[in-house]
Amino acid sequence: MLEKHKFLERHGLILTIAILVTVSIGGMVEIAPLFYLESTIEEVDGMRPYSPLELAGRDVYVREGCYLCHSQQIRPLRDEVERYGHYSLAAESMYDHPFQWGSKRTGPDLARVGGKYSDEWHRQHLADPRALVPESVMPPYAFLQSRALDYYQAAARLKANRAVGVPYTDEMIENAESDLRAQVDPLSDQYEAFLARYPNAQVRNFDGDAHQLSEMDALIAYMQILGAMVDFETYNAEENYR
Amino acid sequence: MIIAVVLGVGALLSLFVAARTVDPLMEVHAWTFLTAFILGAFALASHISSPPRGEPDAYELGVVKAGVFASVFWGIAGFTAGLVIASQLAFPDLFYFENAPWSNFGRLRPLHTSAVIFAFGGNVLIATSFYVVQRTSRARLAGGLAPWFVFWGYNLFIVIAATGYLMGVTQSREYAEPEWYADLWLTLVWVTYLLVFLGTIWRRKEPHIYVANWFYLSFIVTVAMLHIVNNLAVPVSLTGSKSYSLFAGVQDALTQWWYGHNAVGFFLTTGFLGIMYYFIPKRAERPIYSYRLSIVHFWSLIFIYIWAGPHHLHYTALPEWAQTLGMTFSIMLWMPSWGGMINGLMTLSGAWDKLRTDPVLRMMVVSVAFYGMSTFEGPLMAIRSVNALSHYTDWTIGHVHSGALGWVGYISFGALYCLVPWLWKRKTLYSNTLVEWHFWISTIGIVLYITSMWVSGIMQGLMWRAYNEFGFLQFSFVETVEAMHPYYIIRATGGALFLTGALIMAYNLWRTARGDIRSGEQNLTPAPSTPSAQPIAAQ
Repeated sequence: MLEKHKFLERHGLILTIAILVTVSIGGMVEIAPLFYLESTIEEVDGMRPYSPLELAGRDVYVREGCYLCHSQQIRPLRDEVERYGHYSLAAESMYDHPFQWGSKRTGPDLARVGGKYSDEWHRQHLADPRALVPESVMPPYAFLQSRALDYYQAAARLKANRAVGVPYTDEMIENAESDLRAQVDPLSDQYEAFLARYPNAQVRNFDGDAHQLSEMDALIAYMQILGAMVDFETYNAEENYR
Repeated sequence: MIIAVVLGVGALLSLFVAARTVDPLMEVHAWTFLTAFILGAFALASHISSPPRGEPDAYELGVVKAGVFASVFWGIAGFTAGLVIASQLAFPDLFYFENAPWSNFGRLRPLHTSAVIFAFGGNVLIATSFYVVQRTSRARLAGGLAPWFVFWGYNLFIVIAATGYLMGVTQSREYAEPEWYADLWLTLVWVTYLLVFLGTIWRRKEPHIYVANWFYLSFIVTVAMLHIVNNLAVPVSLTGSKSYSLFAGVQDALTQWWYGHNAVGFFLTTGFLGIMYYFIPKRAERPIYSYRLSIVHFWSLIFIYIWAGPHHLHYTALPEWAQTLGMTFSIMLWMPSWGGMINGLMTLSGAWDKLRTDPVLRMMVVSVAFYGMSTFEGPLMAIRSVNALSHYTDWTIGHVHSGALGWVGYISFGALYCLVPWLWKRKTLYSNTLVEWHFWISTIGIVLYITSMWVSGIMQGLMWRAYNEFGFLQFSFVETVEAMHPYYIIRATGGALFLTGALIMAYNLWRTARGDIRSGEQNLTPAPSTPSAQPIAAQ
């Protein structure tokens, strides 16, 4: 055995190849099956791609590094289910490029924060967390309110998501920019068409300022849809035990 | 020649992107790249036009010196960033500027992690690997100017990554945050690094490849594989900074933690084991304890490590079979890890007395002890029921830092204390007393750090799951945040001590390089003479 090892010690390239083979096995066995085993992702009703505004909000969420303190993954443990709601399903992040499960809860889990607080609460809390929660250690994000949402790339962002597998239709991509504005204006003539494209999307002015489509609008729109897509009245957990 | 082409093409590309982009963040980075390429071209031109210096067969030590300098610089930058964000958690209004999003914890945290892991750790690894591979192969670095390209190219990547984080350019993949164009650049640099390293091994005048080089090689090869797969993404536009990762949800999560855990395994473990296998025997002037053990633990370590990623995803939507596999291999990983620890510690057989007289050797041995401790704690935390408590809490942060400050930090400091006198041809360090101060101040810092994180992590985990006598959750989330306040202050204090130690080291190394010796210095054991090229392991 040791004698044979001397062969590797004398041949750099063969040693390199041996290392590469050794370190490839684990990943191939663990990761590759996730792409073809059907049981990896549950069958659920209600999941749809993010609307352009929600996606823009998600991009803000990623940009600001929210995932570093907030997880989006409720574990099937009694206290978590009571604190945050139904445990997270794989299906709920099937359109998340990249995933935002997080690894640390300096702040609470956000997987089901959608609908838990009012828009106004989010707006005040993001602008100055300690005004509402004195013990909080969260940094303030008041600047989101004054920054106009940069939406020149709205269609391109949907297209890039389609390239990695999110089922955006041509119609969705065509209307990406107008859909951004339609979601903050319940009186727009696009209202019906927008809701047909993105069922159950919430349409209202999220940041309370009708003059400008801000990053705050986008971020709150995203937070309000978190965990709210899947219809748990029709979801059969036992059928999906793995 | 190839370098000139790379610089030229790179400069044109970045000029094109700078001109075309509508993304202000991308514009900043395009100009940064362009400046770097132009500076590189000037450096290349002045190198070609100046007469050759030194003997062509001599060891290339200039790039190692540059690496030592960069390591100390980035180390202090990274520890400072850590102290800032630790203080922000203790005193959230500290270091916050109303209209400066870059000063938020969310932007600074990747700055800290990347600065310590990739900027400090990466430069230490590049510098020591270039030194060790030359010495143990008795050959000059291959590739002419290619090692310099690796050094500057890598540090350019660091600058792009760091400025990107501050501006909000991130993929949100922990420890792989830089966006697609920085990743492409790093791939080019890394492949060059592999070729330089392999090329030097091929030139070797020794029949065998020394054990430290197996570890360096596995680090370089595996990091290349991890980096490429985990960063697969589709950019929104070729002139914009934003991209979307190729995978989604559960597959993306496992790919990321397959990467994330093996950034620990192959960047922070096998790379630094390479350092251990050269610098500890050299400093102790003893052969490596067991040749057989190094073979067994090398192959088992690199085979098993790759499987351990899923333990970051216990109780998540990842299928349970994958979680169980990850847990099983994480527990198995304990053995090869301790194989390395035993091989490192037992190398001191017959030289234990040096721990009393040589603070540099003591630092490296304590480092191996920390390695043993955190590779015991790791498998423990990978057990699903323990993980139910520890996950999402500060316990994880404490665990990482016992490995990062104790193992990676101390073995790096030890290597730097060895390298500076060797490279600048000084008989001794400027001051052994200052090394003692560094050692004790930072050891107290590490102890404060990890104990406070144990307490706050376990306490918070228990508070989250506490029920009152009526069967309701006892604590609201924010009550658990409030409870951690004192521990966050202790943690920041520990970090401040660790930074202080590093500043003492920087001063000591600076004076050593200048050739000074502190007056009244006691205990002047001369640093072991410049090492011979002979591999030390019993063959």
